[in-house]
Amino acid sequence: WAALAQDAEAEKTMDELIAEFTGGAEVTDGEGIAIDAPEIAENGNTVPVSVEAEGASEILVLAPGNPVAAVATFKFGELAGKHIASTRIRLAQTQDVTAIAKLADGKFVRTASNVKVTIGGCGG
Amino acid sequence: MAENVKPRVRVPKTASAGEVITIKTLISHQMESGQRKDKEGNVIPRSIINHFSVTFNGAPVIDVDMEPAISTNPYFEFEATVPESGEFVFTWQDDDGSVYEDKQSIEVS
Repeated sequence: WAALAQDAEAEKTMDELIAEFTGGAEVTDGEGIAIDAPEIAENGNTVPVSVEAEGASEILVLAPGNPVAAVATFKFGELAGKHIASTRIRLAQTQDVTAIAKLADGKFVRTASNVKVTIGGCGG
Repeated sequence: MAENVKPRVRVPKTASAGEVITIKTLISHQMESGQRKDKEGNVIPRSIINHFSVTFNGAPVIDVDMEPAISTNPYFEFEATVPESGEFVFTWQDDDGSVYEDKQSIEVS
């Protein structure tokens, strides 16, 4: 059963993951969120990605071109400085890495950055 | 059971009250994605760190839900506001139930 549940989780589409994050609320493009990723990633195993959204309570990062679209959800606490976070992620192929933030006023905004991947970062 | 898991954290030793500081963390972990197959074609089971959180004197700084798309040796860089002297506590949770913890103090003047 655990395996079945995990499969279901893996098969969630980007739209489903976004709906889960927003609770179905409207998501607008641009303003208030920024994503920083390289245009070209020679090695998809470790691609530096940085997301920032001033005053956001949460930022969801998705890689729709991966076998599992979910990447990470950052939740900022009361002692967070600027609401920015950087990490390194795996990208299976060239795709639009997407970030969606829940802003302080409860609204949701999204942005994306296209990353061209030379060598994929998933599988063998 | 993940082996040789070692957290590394970089926090400034001192800061002024209310200053925003940058923190960098790295933890050695293979982050087996559950997507790879071995020579016989069997899927290698997923084994990742699935959660990372940071508090300062008990108050939340950042909290990260992690999926297999996070690279081997997960790295995070973020900012924290330090109102007074105290201690950061960094916690990583492994799929296998292990919890890894590191602590760093900072002197605020």
